[in-house]
Amino acid sequence: MTDTATTHHDPLQEAYTKNVFGFWVYLMTDCVLFGILFATYAVLHNNTFGAPSGKDIFDLSFVLKETIILLTSSFTCGLAMIAAHRLETKKVIAWFCVTFLLGLSFVVLEVTEFAHLVDVGNSWEKSAFLSSYFTLVGTHGLHISVGLFWMIVFMAQIARKGITLVTLRRLTCLSMFWHFLDVVWIFIFTVVYLMGVS
Amino acid sequence: MDIPKESLHGTFNSYLLGFILSLVLTLIAYFAVAEHLFTEKVLIITIVGLAFTQTVVQLFCFFHLGKETKPRWNLLIFLSMAFVIAIIIGGSLWIMYNLDSRVM
Amino acid sequence: MFGKLTFDALQHDPLQDGAGFSMILGGLLIVALITYYKKWTYLWKEWITSLDPKRIGVMYIIVAFVMLIKGVSDAILMRAQQSIAISESAGFLTSDHYQQIFTAHGTTMIFFVGMAVVFGMMNLVIPLQIGARDVAYPFLNSVGFWLFGAASVLILVSLVVGNFNATGWLGYPPLAGIEYSPGEGVDYWIWILQIAGVGSLISGINFLITILRMRCPGMTLMKMPLFVWCSLATLILIIFAFPILTATLGLLSLDRYLGMHFFTAGFGGNPMMYVNLIWAWGHPEVYILVLPAFGIFSEVVATFSEKRLFGYASMVWAIVAITILSFIVWLHHFFTMGAGANVNAFFGIMTMLIAVPTGVKVFNWLFTMYRGKIHFTTPMLWFLGFIATFSVGGMTGVLMSLPPIDFQAHNSLFLVAHFHSVIIGGVLFGFFAGFAYWFPKIVGFKLNERLGKYAFWCWLVGFLTAFLPLYILGLMGATRRLDHYDPSTGWQPLFVIAAVGVLLISCGIGFQILQIIVSIKQRKQNLDTTGDPWNGRTLEWSTTSPPPLYNFAIIPEVHDHDPFWATKHAKNKQVAEPHYEPIHMPKNSSIGFFVGLFSLIFGFAITWHMMEISVISLIAVMACFVVRISENETDYYIPIEEIEKS
Repeated sequence: MTDTATTHHDPLQEAYTKNVFGFWVYLMTDCVLFGILFATYAVLHNNTFGAPSGKDIFDLSFVLKETIILLTSSFTCGLAMIAAHRLETKKVIAWFCVTFLLGLSFVVLEVTEFAHLVDVGNSWEKSAFLSSYFTLVGTHGLHISVGLFWMIVFMAQIARKGITLVTLRRLTCLSMFWHFLDVVWIFIFTVVYLMGVS
Repeated sequence: MDIPKESLHGTFNSYLLGFILSLVLTLIAYFAVAEHLFTEKVLIITIVGLAFTQTVVQLFCFFHLGKETKPRWNLLIFLSMAFVIAIIIGGSLWIMYNLDSRVM
Repeated sequence: MFGKLTFDALQHDPLQDGAGFSMILGGLLIVALITYYKKWTYLWKEWITSLDPKRIGVMYIIVAFVMLIKGVSDAILMRAQQSIAISESAGFLTSDHYQQIFTAHGTTMIFFVGMAVVFGMMNLVIPLQIGARDVAYPFLNSVGFWLFGAASVLILVSLVVGNFNATGWLGYPPLAGIEYSPGEGVDYWIWILQIAGVGSLISGINFLITILRMRCPGMTLMKMPLFVWCSLATLILIIFAFPILTATLGLLSLDRYLGMHFFTAGFGGNPMMYVNLIWAWGHPEVYILVLPAFGIFSEVVATFSEKRLFGYASMVWAIVAITILSFIVWLHHFFTMGAGANVNAFFGIMTMLIAVPTGVKVFNWLFTMYRGKIHFTTPMLWFLGFIATFSVGGMTGVLMSLPPIDFQAHNSLFLVAHFHSVIIGGVLFGFFAGFAYWFPKIVGFKLNERLGKYAFWCWLVGFLTAFLPLYILGLMGATRRLDHYDPSTGWQPLFVIAAVGVLLISCGIGFQILQIIVSIKQRKQNLDTTGDPWNGRTLEWSTTSPPPLYNFAIIPEVHDHDPFWATKHAKNKQVAEPHYEPIHMPKNSSIGFFVGLFSLIFGFAITWHMMEISVISLIAVMACFVVRISENETDYYIPIEEIEKS
């Protein structure tokens, strides 16, 4: 391979490609983390110990709603990035607000689902299956929440500083994070919910 | 402000395509399960296949993976990660299933 | 608000009290000395807030040395106990204390010596060897170090406040679960490893991007020094393996804190899944520890044989093969857990295969020496010691890769002798070689050779005396982690010999400490004025000793392996008029230190279930990052006049 140092002399330009690449590598490590949670779920999902199984507790139409909301938010995030590359600060903030609201709805729906389960007595303490379900889906939800917090911080920064090479780079990382969470959700939707019910 | 040449960004069309394809694939999988369209084995293969397809769609349309200039480090590291988790998840499932079948 | 923390946590037996006291006394002494010599501002400005990898590397190594002494102290206690404990009442350590000691020994050595020297060496050597001025993310480099620092302090705190984990360095449930280990010990261990693990992952990503994107012009991948290649392989292992550790320990902590059932004995939990996952991390981890040492040896052998390394390409392919293979062998750590013959055979064969590329490397090193002009300097001696000890360790590993043999040797002292042979022979000797080799470059003067050689011989003879008996004991049926045994076994004489061995090793450490003191005293006589004290081959030897902050006034351009050797022996040495440009450098930052500080508070608080403090400190950590991204001026330029001056 003939890759050597970039020929950029502008440290900001170098930092852009370097940081985005580094963030991609971080996302790969996060994939491994989720991979372990999936492996654990796969191994333990039949260990219901008398407590309810997936078939008993999953509501597919509810989950479809969550899925479509998250997918749409991934799309609106993409629209925000197109605006960012065109340096249209107001549009960026607007689309990220939409993304934020969709993401927030997702989290609220998921928390309602979890709260209901706990209310009726099907908490994570009941069985290995429930532990691995709550942990896998909950870790994803936690990542989403971090992403939402991140969006607030960045929107504040964009409002103050506008779209610069530095803020664009950070937005790129945020959008990569957000798209990544939607890809993980594809697998949660399939492996946990769809397979759980069938 | 000069955005680096290597920076990957999408067009409206690529995001729209990704969104619509993903929606369609999701809905197919949902209805396949909700309406019990296939037997269990076929169903599982179908929905897993749909999931991997949707992943590839999103990797291409949302992440622009594969569109980078050489050397394709992003793609290479992604494939390495996929290799590693395939081994670990596959290996773990094999090992744990094997142990489980010998416990009783 | 104080969770489970009470004054009872300060209650210990006299020996623990003594250890804790001397540690606190040592710490206070250091604080007193720094205050007396009025060095706090200097320390803060030049070291604690520094983003210079040369400084961060030195700090990693200092912590590693302190932790090495702690780990060897644990070993001395264990050897002493085992040499006299021929009944349940004999010996001076209670069972519970003994269990904490062997757990702490393993944890300290792997995480706070092993990983520390890996990242220490990477910081010191990689930027210089690839012709770069810094790492990819200088700020995150600082964060990674201070997270490591926080975890180190936390493990020292566990010596004084409460008890440490007593379930072995890998903490298998159900014993390590909340039902059978309800105390704070396992929690300490979990959070110490989580904090250190996040630091390792961050630094791993950092150095990976550094190697991939910051090599100087002309340095293609196949022209990189082998230490950089070995580090690249190590970093791939780090980024894919450490998330496994984070996830697995996370699951264990969910069992312990929230009553989940991943690894419990009931409610559908599966403790064997823990063993499976922890070793899926654990096996790559041991290659993470040893690969950089292989890299160090490649540099040392070539330099002190005055010969180009034999078989560069095959060395690279061997490294790649080892990296890939290390992900598909992990079950060999639990052959006896009960999987069927097919599963055990597969992993046994994969394990045997790893010996092949490793053997290729050993032979290539020896072929490098063949017909070379050998200099028996201290680093070269460490290499020769490595060949002897690591080969024995490696061969016993291949022995145990056969499941039927492993069924006899698993968890016996034979296993313990095997892994100490490869870790001490490989990782530790490799670090000692690298330390002696690069010390003049980083510090500016050479180490005392005579004391270095005395240290080496004490270590080598001490190691053999301490561990050869363990091979025999293992074959006689002695298992690991025993705090007493029956004299009718006939084991005691061998344990006594092993105890002598650890005393010899301590003499080795004594000589190493003496060497540093004497070398500092004699530094004016041993100044490295040329920057190239060993007639080196790679780029780091082209700088002054120590190098300037920015490493290279002008980024070099390379055309060959061993670029500095090529430059030195070039037919026409055209020295062009140097054209300087202002150099872009990062400013110092205290935020890394504060991330470490708040992580330390978090780790302590959550161990003791002090939930409010845990939440607040976690928020404080996040706040540090928000502050960092809101900062406007994080870099500066070094003007041309200053470059010309130095």
